[in-house]
Amino acid sequence: MAKITLSNLRHSYLPKPGKPADYALKKIDLDWQDGGAYALLGPSGCGKSTLLNIISGLLTPSEGRILFDDRDVTGLPPDQRNIAQVFQFPVIYDTMTVYDNLAFPLRNRGVAEAHVDTRVREIAEMLEVTEMLKTRASHLSPDNKQKISMGRGLVRDDVNVVMFDEPLTVIDPHLKWKLRSKLKELHQQVRATMIYVTHDQTEALTFADQVVVMQDGEIVQIGTPVELFERPQHTFVGHFIGSPGMNVLDASEDGGTVRFEGQPIAIEGKVTGQGGATQIGIRPEFVSLGDAGLEARVRKVSDVGRHSVVEAMVGDTSVKAIIEGAAPEQGATVHLAFRADQTRLYRDGWLATEIAS
Amino acid sequence: MKTENQKAWFFVLPVLLLVAFNALIPIMTVVNYSVQETFGNNLFFWEGLSWFEQILRSDRFHDALGRQFLFTFLILIIEVPLGIIIALSMPRKGIWVPVCLVTMALPMLIPWNVVGAMWNIFTLPDIGLLGYFVNEVLGIEYNMTRSPLAAWITIVTMDVWHWTSLVVLLSYAGLVSIPDAYYQAAKIDGASPWKVFRYIQLPKMKTVLTIAILLRFMDSFNIYTEPFVLTGGGPGNSTTLLSIDLVKIALGQFDLGPAAAMSLIYFAITLLVSWLFYTLMTKDDAQ
Repeated sequence: MAKITLSNLRHSYLPKPGKPADYALKKIDLDWQDGGAYALLGPSGCGKSTLLNIISGLLTPSEGRILFDDRDVTGLPPDQRNIAQVFQFPVIYDTMTVYDNLAFPLRNRGVAEAHVDTRVREIAEMLEVTEMLKTRASHLSPDNKQKISMGRGLVRDDVNVVMFDEPLTVIDPHLKWKLRSKLKELHQQVRATMIYVTHDQTEALTFADQVVVMQDGEIVQIGTPVELFERPQHTFVGHFIGSPGMNVLDASEDGGTVRFEGQPIAIEGKVTGQGGATQIGIRPEFVSLGDAGLEARVRKVSDVGRHSVVEAMVGDTSVKAIIEGAAPEQGATVHLAFRADQTRLYRDGWLATEIAS
Repeated sequence: MKTENQKAWFFVLPVLLLVAFNALIPIMTVVNYSVQETFGNNLFFWEGLSWFEQILRSDRFHDALGRQFLFTFLILIIEVPLGIIIALSMPRKGIWVPVCLVTMALPMLIPWNVVGAMWNIFTLPDIGLLGYFVNEVLGIEYNMTRSPLAAWITIVTMDVWHWTSLVVLLSYAGLVSIPDAYYQAAKIDGASPWKVFRYIQLPKMKTVLTIAILLRFMDSFNIYTEPFVLTGGGPGNSTTLLSIDLVKIALGQFDLGPAAAMSLIYFAITLLVSWLFYTLMTKDDAQ
């Protein structure tokens, strides 16, 4: 168990990186608290797997240091860092039984056989695989194989951090949900630090206490799922999280007055900063249809079950709204209202409003 | 309503014809010869199973069979581990991969009789590069036409040179199909290199290795051209393997009956051993 500190971390896969685009990771400074459940969320290719491999020691960063409880481990190989990692595709030792698979990391470290037995049975109990212990691992279904991979990570009681690299990719949808809640449950039982890498917002938001959102090798925002949803620090976060994502609309700002399509728009509070490209961000959940407001023509209505997503055109700009109950017809003219305390201004992508006090 | 007719049989016909011309008819002619005696002029006399009895009881056959098993055993015990070791030490990515693969594949592209002729000249004591070197520079007497041991060392070395690549290429194909995650997981689990080999690489190579061993068994058990060109079965009968002996009986002595009986026994042994190999090596999966 340890606190993990990443300090001034940069990484490039090129031998001689020059410009910022050469870096897969651009200057990461981050603390992972002991026992936390973290998710690393971002689109494919944003550097999240690189970051994970650097923490586990499979990659050595080009620059910067990694500390486990103030001990510098930057140069240590994975087996000396006391970490565990679960991969995208289940890694199991085909020729061994489930029992031997779970015991493998312990036996390699010379743990006494009596203790191995206790730990393996404990973990098997937690994962609900006790009745499979004697089976050859190659005969298991993909979700059970993935459970065994997780088990091998959890079986060591001194593990510093358990990392999951998109572990549910190959699992059937109806089992995904089960394994996800299992993971959450396991975290509460073992209280080890866990880092979960995914590009799926549902997985990240259900698993983690703290979500780290990455884009292009940079951390865009760190926060609880609620914070990410309610106050995205960057339009990317707003857009990436939520279904559909936040409306990001080009707007003009002049002396604190924000105009969208020529109409003044009320926003949450004081505008900060100056210049740059300004946009307003509002989640579809907070756009409502009424008698007054921006005039718009309904282009598309999709009924997604509990509510409808209405896409309306204000001039040439499309705005999405989530409507409970009766939705307007396609082609109808409606009036859109933005909830002021949920409407924010972004300058060059970054949040540029303060909450009104 | 369902129409019922026998037209489907016509679709099987081409395969039936192919199998007939490819296997059944040739084998049946051999079966035909094996139970008859002929003195030419297309005159045949019924002999029953006496040729089989004669072959199975003959010391000459036992000796040739013994030599055959020894040869196959030696080349398998050398080529399989050696092939795996070479495959393990080959690079997995980079510009050296094609270089290694082509170099490895080269010996296999050379025709059998050319390989025999090459090694024959290569090992000549007076002008062959290897023969001259061993005899004159190292001062070790090495003459394949005189010493059975030298002849054996030469045919085994030649086969290892010619066919280890097959094991290498197949093992290599098995190795490169292992995803990186396996090696990374093994690293994190603290597995030693031996354990990585034993629990990751070997199991993943198993299917291709089974094929490699089977192919090498069948090829080496039926080998004819290379030892025939190299030693002609000598000195004496010391390198007369089954196929060489068979050709001696069939074409040298023109004893078609015993030769046919021997062919069938030879075929049965090859089939039986291949089946045994396959069953034993795939037994684990069936459990």
